[in-house]
Amino acid sequence: MMETPVLCIENITLTLGGRKILDQVCLDIQRGELKVLIGPSGAGKSSLLQCINHLVRPDSGIIRLEGEKLDAANTRALCSFRTHVGMIFQDFNLFDHLSAEENVAIALRKVRGFPRRAALDRALEELGRVGLARYAALYPAQLSGGQKQRVAIARALAMDPKVILLDEPTSALDPELVGEVLAVIRELAKAGMTMLMATHQMDFARALANEILFMEHGVIVERGTPEELLRPDAVTRTRDFCAKLVV
Amino acid sequence: MTLFGNEFLLNELLPTLNKGLWISLMLIVPSAVLGFLAGVFLGVIRVFGTRRTRWAGDAYTAIFRGVPLAIQLMLIYFGLPNLGISLDPYPAAVCSFTLCSAAYHSEYIRGSLLAIRQGQMKAALALGFNTPQAALWIIVPQAARLALPGCGNEIIYLIKYSSLAYLVTCMELTGQGKLLAALYFRFTEVFLGVGLYYLTLVTLTGWLLRRLEQKLRIPGFGLEV
Amino acid sequence: MQHLIVVWNASPYIFGGSCVTVGIVVLALALGLMLGVPLALAQVYGGVLARRCAGLYVWFFRGVPILVQLFLFYFGLFSSLDLPINAFFSSCIVLGLTSAAYQSQIFRGAILSLPSGQFKAGRALGMSDACSVRCIILPQALRLSLPGWANEFSILLKDSAICFVLGTQEIMARTHFVASRTHEHLALFMLAGLLYFLITLAGLTLLRRLENALSTPGYAAGGTGAQ
Repeated sequence: MMETPVLCIENITLTLGGRKILDQVCLDIQRGELKVLIGPSGAGKSSLLQCINHLVRPDSGIIRLEGEKLDAANTRALCSFRTHVGMIFQDFNLFDHLSAEENVAIALRKVRGFPRRAALDRALEELGRVGLARYAALYPAQLSGGQKQRVAIARALAMDPKVILLDEPTSALDPELVGEVLAVIRELAKAGMTMLMATHQMDFARALANEILFMEHGVIVERGTPEELLRPDAVTRTRDFCAKLVV
Repeated sequence: MTLFGNEFLLNELLPTLNKGLWISLMLIVPSAVLGFLAGVFLGVIRVFGTRRTRWAGDAYTAIFRGVPLAIQLMLIYFGLPNLGISLDPYPAAVCSFTLCSAAYHSEYIRGSLLAIRQGQMKAALALGFNTPQAALWIIVPQAARLALPGCGNEIIYLIKYSSLAYLVTCMELTGQGKLLAALYFRFTEVFLGVGLYYLTLVTLTGWLLRRLEQKLRIPGFGLEV
Repeated sequence: MQHLIVVWNASPYIFGGSCVTVGIVVLALALGLMLGVPLALAQVYGGVLARRCAGLYVWFFRGVPILVQLFLFYFGLFSSLDLPINAFFSSCIVLGLTSAAYQSQIFRGAILSLPSGQFKAGRALGMSDACSVRCIILPQALRLSLPGWANEFSILLKDSAICFVLGTQEIMARTHFVASRTHEHLALFMLAGLLYFLITLAGLTLLRRLENALSTPGYAAGGTGAQ
């Protein structure tokens, strides 16, 4: 018998301006799994991630966190759900008026009700985990892209999320900065963090993903382990797509 | 010509202008505070309101920015009695300055709200903030910093345009100066004095606003060139 | 109904004031341009003394209300120096002097926003400094200043209403005159407000045309960022 998935998504559908962005998408994530979403841009990866924590409201579908159904109409329930689901954005979205440590601490203080001192201590600890303790007092404009993304990861981790959604966390970065962010995510995966990540980093996906989900036109068209989808003799859309990425 | 004869300066000019300064401040401070608050309200509904309130807010702003303040003041003081509403000079002036100032403030507030990147709200919501919390802790601190230079400038304008209250016989700095100058027929000295009073007010306010900006400054944030 | 008749009868007289208003604004803008450019140049390229003087000028004229300046110049300086300058020209001079201070700030911003390579390239071609400024810097800076200049126009137009205190026969003075006789303040001042609104609109449209006519391909007003 299977254990209850951490996150369970059933039949998510999203229509924008008469166009179907997501069409009956279903997926489960077990504890400690890393699932990777790939696919051409415009396939709906980003929309799917934003629908999961209702930053974009899906037309229909059910989302369960540890078996418990999300009631999005209840603001309190929605906020509590979001504290348990971390989100990493492509363009970081650090709060521009707060220093790195305040960025990490603000949600602890205002959402979780930590006292200021405790929140800042916790923030420093999380920044240390992503290797940025020395940069705690700097403001977003003073950090490199890679550092910003690591602060964003620390900010999500500080909320003790049950699952983290990562929306192409490295695609806004200069090539030489991608490595430091991927290293942090790799450490998280090894430590058993449950994650759903949209990315174009195929080497990373091949090495670490438990499952690859290939999306196109709002539908998951293929899913399987990296070995199944990417072995040299496989005839899969995923492999086609990756071949194009390399060239 | 004895510019600033000592006796005239000490016994007549300074006491009169000080009296006027007091009334000017009584005009400026309430108008600045009320105008700013109304401007914030107006700016917010021009960005987040429904289509109708946005339209109304835009129309209000266009009208009050497009028509000279002197005319607005005349309309309120001399025009409203035609509708049976009579205001004394002082309330009429404060009312007029507030209404006009609100329109200008709302421009800066609106601009600052539009300049905040959409991701900021999203990131706050994703961390579990509810909308009022996100507005209070994320949007307002950023918007305030972005709007501060513009709104500060508007307050400096307000200080200068408060002199128009003289047109509706509210005897503030300019009005007191005019009375005194006409009495002694010493326009140059008196109005140089009045000018210096305004220069002091404007310079002092500008300095305070710059101090505030410095204090709230965040590296790399805002419209630094 | 009676209101409408009063307004109707007064409108030709009040509309006639718009010629005077536009006259004041145009002359003031021109004076402001003539003084504003050298002031801006002094602030950017001048020595310590020139910068100080220009700074003092800008500080004074931006800090003293128009109304106070009108009284100071017309009733004070001009009459005590026995200068035969009438109310109309006094209005133009005061608004022009003030506008020069504001315009110098617009031009200064525009000059500073130009890449420094422009000046260097001029020198590298063997131009004198004065020539580089005149032939390379100013044409670009003035183009960049147009949006700010349009803004200055609408401010001046509104400020010109204050000139009625000297008895200049512009829109405001004529409206005030008719209103105090007929006691139709509300309707008449609304008419005057509308008139200012329309003149602003017309002026801004004209200036936008000018901006388009002078625009160089690929050379948007990116520097001042006013649009």
